[in-house]
Amino acid sequence: MKTLRAALAIAAKDLRIEWRTKTALLTSTVFAALVFLIFVFSRDTGTLSLRELAPSVLWVTLALAVLTALNRAFLLERENGALEAILLAPVSRSAIFWGKWLANLGFVLIIEGVAFPLWILFFAVELRPILLLVALLALLAAIGFTAVGTVFSAMTVRTRFAELLLPVMLLPFMIPPLFFASQGTVRLFEGRPVADAVQWLKLLTLYDIAFLVIATMLFPKVMDE
Amino acid sequence: MPDAESPVIVAKGLERRFGALVALCGVDLSVGAGELVLVVGPNGAGKSTLMRILAGLATPTKGRVRVGGMDLHADPEARGAIGFLSHQTLVYDDLTARENLRFAAALHGLDGVEARVQQALDAVGLSHRSDVRAGTFSRGMSQRLAIARATLHGPPVLLLDEPFTGLDSPGADALRQRLVVEREGGRVLVCVTHEPAEVWDIATRVVVLRGGRIALDAPRPADLAAFRATYASMLVT
Repeated sequence: MKTLRAALAIAAKDLRIEWRTKTALLTSTVFAALVFLIFVFSRDTGTLSLRELAPSVLWVTLALAVLTALNRAFLLERENGALEAILLAPVSRSAIFWGKWLANLGFVLIIEGVAFPLWILFFAVELRPILLLVALLALLAAIGFTAVGTVFSAMTVRTRFAELLLPVMLLPFMIPPLFFASQGTVRLFEGRPVADAVQWLKLLTLYDIAFLVIATMLFPKVMDE
Repeated sequence: MPDAESPVIVAKGLERRFGALVALCGVDLSVGAGELVLVVGPNGAGKSTLMRILAGLATPTKGRVRVGGMDLHADPEARGAIGFLSHQTLVYDDLTARENLRFAAALHGLDGVEARVQQALDAVGLSHRSDVRAGTFSRGMSQRLAIARATLHGPPVLLLDEPFTGLDSPGADALRQRLVVEREGGRVLVCVTHEPAEVWDIATRVVVLRGGRIALDAPRPADLAAFRATYASMLVT
């Protein structure tokens, strides 16, 4: 109960600060919009249709936007040594992971919530028949991104080059969920049977469960000096 | 508050290595209720490492720390007995003073949060600025908020790591007065500072660290000048 209360307090604190400052959300959503625009205007219109390009661009853009947001997750705790106040709390270190993860998941879902309409607009995507499945892919991908992202942002925050190290360490671990989500979206776009996309949903679910468990076990070691 | 007879903090055989570097070696320290232990030593003597281990923020390579009978590094509950005040405030600039304290209360699983927070704000004289963001506070006000945060959960142990850094004279006096109140209330205080004069008059005991070892552990002498001479000779021998 104490762990849950502490986790919820950490998540609520992060979301309150972000709501007040809007630093990560604003940066990430503007970044996503700019990447979409770059892809739209830089493609060869004669050889590559927007429809063919759309699924890959969506996931690459979201992965990069998420990186921008995750960078802030623990940098916030560096302010005035605030992380130490959390570490002094009489709760397990896992509570800190769950709190930060919940807040990060909230950020990423908001980013996705803003990026999806922009993607539909810029890429003239007709999503209605497959909307629920794409939304499910987005949710599962967000869970995976944030599970590994929370651990790596905690790992890099005490280093001098946290902002540079995080993408280098995190991106290799983001490739599997990025690949699964992208493949699932492509299949839905091509009008293949839903079962084709479901296998990618299953893989994403497996990745999420595995990394949430690993992250929960690893996080206390990352936090302890 | 703990029983004055038995030590509240018992550290035995503390050793901390960073690769080949030995930051602390064979440190034993017991501190009882109502004591204010002043820890001094030159740069690199291991003062901050000792404080971080006593706070549960760092794990010793060898040895153990018991606080109120609980193993600090094995039982997360033991951290609830500790308040930590450093030169950093450990608060969020984008939260108000009240929000910072509410967050600290939630982390410690406290009941009656609003009453406790209000009491803590009153005690440090920040009630009139309770709904203002901490980022707008002066250094003195920030440190008062830090004291409220560190003592909100009523810890029997208060660890102070260079708490006077950046405080002006009235701010330092106010902090000293607060420390006297805490000590007389039976709280255990351990204070690391590079300037003994900051807490000399209110300290009950002096510990000198040198090269990661305790070079002196004695009741506070009456004469600071004499201590400075002894301390200087300890550093050159």
